Amino acid sequence: MHGTHPEPSLHGVLAEFRTPDELLAAIESARAAGYTKLDAYTPYPIEKVLDALDLHHSKVPLLTLGAAIFGAVAVFSFAYWASAIDYPLNIGGRPLNSWPAFIPATFEGAVFHGGLAAALGMLVLNGLPRPHHPVFEVKRFVEHASKDGYFLLVEAEDPQFDVSAVRRLLEGLGPVEVNDLEN
Amino acid sequence: MNQGSNPLPEGVETLGRIGLIAGLVGLALLGAGYATDREQLFRSYLTGYMWMLGLAAGALGVMLLHHVTRGAWGVVIRRILEAAASPLTLGFAAVAFLPIALGTHSLYEWTHAEVVAGDAILSHKKPWLNEPAFLGRSAAYLVLWIVLAAVFARLSARQDETGDRRIALSMQRWGAFGVVAFILSMTFAAFDWMMSLTPHWFSTIYGLYVIIGQAVAAMALVALAGLLLGEGPSPALPLQPRHLHDHGKLLFAFVCVWAYFGYSQFIIIWSGNLPEETTFYTSRLNGAWKVTTIVLVLLHYALPFALLLSRNRKRSAKALAPVAVLLLFARWLDLHWLVAPAFSANAFTLHWLDLAAPLALGGIWLRLFTLGLKARPLLPANEPFLKEALAHE
Repeated sequence: MHGTHPEPSLHGVLAEFRTPDELLAAIESARAAGYTKLDAYTPYPIEKVLDALDLHHSKVPLLTLGAAIFGAVAVFSFAYWASAIDYPLNIGGRPLNSWPAFIPATFEGAVFHGGLAAALGMLVLNGLPRPHHPVFEVKRFVEHASKDGYFLLVEAEDPQFDVSAVRRLLEGLGPVEVNDLEN
Repeated sequence: MNQGSNPLPEGVETLGRIGLIAGLVGLALLGAGYATDREQLFRSYLTGYMWMLGLAAGALGVMLLHHVTRGAWGVVIRRILEAAASPLTLGFAAVAFLPIALGTHSLYEWTHAEVVAGDAILSHKKPWLNEPAFLGRSAAYLVLWIVLAAVFARLSARQDETGDRRIALSMQRWGAFGVVAFILSMTFAAFDWMMSLTPHWFSTIYGLYVIIGQAVAAMALVALAGLLLGEGPSPALPLQPRHLHDHGKLLFAFVCVWAYFGYSQFIIIWSGNLPEETTFYTSRLNGAWKVTTIVLVLLHYALPFALLLSRNRKRSAKALAPVAVLLLFARWLDLHWLVAPAFSANAFTLHWLDLAAPLALGGIWLRLFTLGLKARPLLPANEPFLKEALAHE
């Protein structure tokens, strides 16, 4: 990697706060200043942070529903094709399209595809697995993010992003420290 | 922290009055039915009785489940469940059983000695299906449920008075015993009171099917009570969206389990295709009851399933309430679908008494429920997990 980028590009600016309330206030200030590409790191899930960052509207449920419907239709169609068209077999005098017998597999097909879509969709949408992330360059993040530190990241992707303006904003909010993150 | 001390909304009083009036009107109608069509009265009454019992006993079952598992979802609705399944409401269920005890000859084929004598299968089942044993067992089920409700009412009252933290633990122990006792007793009650309407036919999952229906009724009731008590600027019960979300998820799960049990029974009988088992479905799937079956699957499963998928709907008492009303209607339809074809396999029946019975019994139950709500503070103040249960995330 070294030598290819003489000036490393910026990932964002990371600020550490002492309490969830300080973090929440910082999120409010950053949003009020017009920043949209924000992320927060807390030692445990905090519902209000999710609310403040508007992170509740994931696409995973919709993906799951779509995949489950697909799975149900696919398995039922396959069972129908196999039993009634490709290899018609008289079983106990029942009709070839004995749909009650297809329902358990149809249900399992819906659950399986839905579950798979939920797990894979989650990974695709959140970018995991990811062996390294710029936040790990910050020593205090490594030591405190899982313990007692509440971090706010303003990403460089933000259309309004300007390093000095972001730093000024975050430093005015009483953080423990503010760091620029390099990619 | 002054949570839960807001006064009950006036709606509680109004509902109690509506319940009383509905109950009296319903009783008058049942009296008229007794004079005009006694056979029909007992059939309609049995359906109405099981519907009302679903509210009371379902709440008892969910309450027992809560004491075993101790979730925040249950702490905030404990008093609703205790009011719905109090010694008072279950005592009423015991009194209301008397017409069924008096109507056994109209309801149950196996109470006719000459029929049993000429029927090898019924003769074989006689040690279980005979009137003294039936009445004795019925009394035992009802007494057991009243005792369970009384135990929890008493422990709850002592917890309020003394604040002894060990009471929560004894409630958990009683809950574990209670869940097992409740499921066994209700299984056999369902066998005795409903499955024996067609005494040749049997299904081992029948009891669980009835029980999970009662759980659906109880959670639908909780959803409606949440709308009544948890809304407005100073709600009597501080319900948060996450509590409602849990109640909605339980309702959703119970609806799915209901469908699962119903389908399990069907697929096993359909696969086996044995003449003594398929009778249940020949009248319900092929003939006069086919439309009822389809409507039941739509209203008790497909529609609530689709509606309850939505996260936002589960997190709002206002949005959840219509689904709860739908499910309470579907509960009655399910019971009608279980009971009525036993008497009229070849023709769909809907009698005005079918509506009068749930009106009478549900109305009186509602009155007793509101009395229970008024009797105690809506939050168990000395419950060890109350603070956690109410904490904002």
